[in-house]
Amino acid sequence: MSVKINRREVGEVTVVDLNGRLTLGDASAQLRDTLRELLEKGQKKIVLNLGQVAYIDSSGLGELVSGFTTVKNQGGQLKLANLTQKVNDLLTITKLYTVFEVHNDEKAAVQSFS
Amino acid sequence: MNQEARRVNVTLETKIECMDLGEEVARRVAMTAGFDEDEQHKICMAVRECLINALQHGNRQDPRKPIGLSFVLHPDRLVVQIRDQGKGFDLAAISDPLAEKHLMKSSGRGLFLVRCFMDELQVESGRNGGAVVTMTKRYSSNHNGQVGAEVEKERQQ
Repeated sequence: MSVKINRREVGEVTVVDLNGRLTLGDASAQLRDTLRELLEKGQKKIVLNLGQVAYIDSSGLGELVSGFTTVKNQGGQLKLANLTQKVNDLLTITKLYTVFEVHNDEKAAVQSFS
Repeated sequence: MNQEARRVNVTLETKIECMDLGEEVARRVAMTAGFDEDEQHKICMAVRECLINALQHGNRQDPRKPIGLSFVLHPDRLVVQIRDQGKGFDLAAISDPLAEKHLMKSSGRGLFLVRCFMDELQVESGRNGGAVVTMTKRYSSNHNGQVGAEVEKERQQ
């Protein structure tokens, strides 16, 4: 019951596909490590594709916020795409929808960098 | 349904993997109680958040300290209790995660989510110390009332 993370390049943008549950423990740590590695490689245009994430707990939300801040502090941008309804609802009730730049699909999110 | 079937008690170890177990028990109880899928999801999230709270802030990740989880099915509602071995906490002292100054914090949303997803939330000190978190979910109008009706029927007998 964890998350699988896959990275791929779409032009200058790195799309990070998450599949599973973003919760306390390994899943949150995996996302943190992935973002840190991307920043170390100088990849600062990042889209998190959450299309296959049906569940995020408060720790997962915290990791998203933390990741957003880390990327921003290093001059990059972290955007979200493809939210499932439950994740969308979660970002709405926690007001985090006002923090993140959220796109309906990956294409729109990637294009928004240009 | 017999008397014993109205209550489910589980004792969990203070380990991250046990949070998934507690959540799974919650899902089965909520499903058995007749809550629809959306309400099952909310109950599971609320239970998970309380368990995480007990693990991190109550028992401070000490694996020697147990976490108690119980479910009681009433004719009109489900009551869930989570008991830890910590110092307890004041619900009123928990900061509002929606406030501008807290919005970018990486923690502090757990109990807020519980309040959003459940109908009632109370925190008390246990008889032997620790926090006892009690939360209630009432059956909605579209609830599959079979279980609640059975409990009510037994109560009347």
